[in-house]
Amino acid sequence: MVKVLIPSGALGLGYDRDALARGIAERPDIIAIDGGSTDSGPHYLGTGASKYSRGSTKAEWAELMAAQAEAGVPLVIGTAGTCGADDAVDWLVDITREIARERGQTLKLAVLKSGQDGDAMAAALEGGRITPLAPAPEISADLLRDCTNIVALAGAEQIQAALDTGADIVIAGRTTDTAIISALPLARGCHPGGVWHGAKIGECGALATTSPNTGTILIDFDAEGFTITPMGKDARATPRTVSAHMLYENSDPYRLYEPGGYLDVTGAEYEALDDRRVRVTGSEWVVTQPYTVKLEGARRAGFQTVSLVLVRDAHYVENIRAWVDDIHAKCTAKAKARVGGDFQTELRIIGADATLGPLDTNAKRGTELGVMGIVTAETEALSREVAKMLNPYLLHHPLTEQEEMPTFAFPFSPPEMPRGAVYEFCLNHVLALDDPMDVFRLSIEEIGT
Amino acid sequence: MTALKNIADKVRSKNAGPFWLTLDVFCGTAEAFARISSGLDTGLVADMFKADPATLKRFDMPELNVVKFSMPRPAVQGTHADRDMHGASFAVLLGEIEIR
Repeated sequence: MVKVLIPSGALGLGYDRDALARGIAERPDIIAIDGGSTDSGPHYLGTGASKYSRGSTKAEWAELMAAQAEAGVPLVIGTAGTCGADDAVDWLVDITREIARERGQTLKLAVLKSGQDGDAMAAALEGGRITPLAPAPEISADLLRDCTNIVALAGAEQIQAALDTGADIVIAGRTTDTAIISALPLARGCHPGGVWHGAKIGECGALATTSPNTGTILIDFDAEGFTITPMGKDARATPRTVSAHMLYENSDPYRLYEPGGYLDVTGAEYEALDDRRVRVTGSEWVVTQPYTVKLEGARRAGFQTVSLVLVRDAHYVENIRAWVDDIHAKCTAKAKARVGGDFQTELRIIGADATLGPLDTNAKRGTELGVMGIVTAETEALSREVAKMLNPYLLHHPLTEQEEMPTFAFPFSPPEMPRGAVYEFCLNHVLALDDPMDVFRLSIEEIGT
Repeated sequence: MTALKNIADKVRSKNAGPFWLTLDVFCGTAEAFARISSGLDTGLVADMFKADPATLKRFDMPELNVVKFSMPRPAVQGTHADRDMHGASFAVLLGEIEIR
């Protein structure tokens, strides 16, 4: 009934071009692709910047715009520019205008923005419209005003509003991964449980098949469920690959919360139509009140400078913990005496337990270790000052006073690497809305003219 | 006693958003599932990750031969205390747990 073509799990990840061409030949009703996620960390939402390079994004987006022109159906991207903040949306809109100009294409572009004003969110908190999910950090009106970016995750309703404009291309800020896929089939009356379930299975492209790297899949939604067909030549969807995808990056494998309700797949049945297509029925959509959208926010958590030193001397490798503890104590005391301000220093031992820290009780060591000094401070200048105080210790600190001064290996000059501002996610909350469009902004423009 | 990784097909961990960690044990066969499902102690898994047993969720899924755990992340993704942005290394630790 409604065919959604998903070129890949995210713009910038790449896909098999033949698979995309096969997908276009299937005459889809819409092409939908995700533009981001929180998975790469808080820096992107904190700064409103994209993780992928402009060049790669432009190259892949130009191919999808060409596919859109060929298919003559809407192309929609959600969570544009990795984080879906307003600046990231503007960045992709700019790239889109550039491509349209270069190709001499005239297009109708709908832009949906998800960015939220700190003062408005503080008022919503005071008005009792923001409630915590578990586990939620403590928040306050001041914290909300302190965020460099807050986004609300749009659902199907907001994408439907964008599609209703008749746009050729929809560029959306932060949305749920599934909303861009579910919007059109829901609007055309397909089975809501089947739609949300198919959207979850499709959100990572061919990850729910035997050949994840082929990227492109087609999902055909109908009145009872959905059918997934991989577009990669040798890619196969099986009841196992499809049902297992509900586990992926999902804390509850039977339930998925979305704006306006949740998907329950407890009763889902997976049927192999042949050796590469799977049909799914029996999933349920449960409407919840009030209508809520999830919020994500990031704020600055200081400035960081890191240093790296390498230790190959067997005696020091053997006694590394005592060495770093002594350096930590001495350097912290010196920095407190010589410079004011708030800072923290950590020495992480690479080759011992840098990946998992104290949780790792099975770690074994090799012949060399790296020590990464991480200084986080309230200002950039202070983080550099303290990192410079760490420098002589990392270079020459002896385990005991009664030994010749040792010298360790710095791979760079200077060994200090400024990381600039660092950010942290600070919201795991939902916002109640009277109307789904209340906190989203939709605009239309003609481009390429 | 043997390590979980020697019985299961694959042990995977991922973020489920910035605040949650989810670990999937793909057992491969019904026999391996039965052994892991009965031999993998939830309390030991909670200890391993210093997780609060009250917020640790466990799903035994015979239809997929999967045992899944979800818990609040040991450190919120990307904070000072977090060492692994994508959370994929926690699976290695779980794979080393001993199964009765």
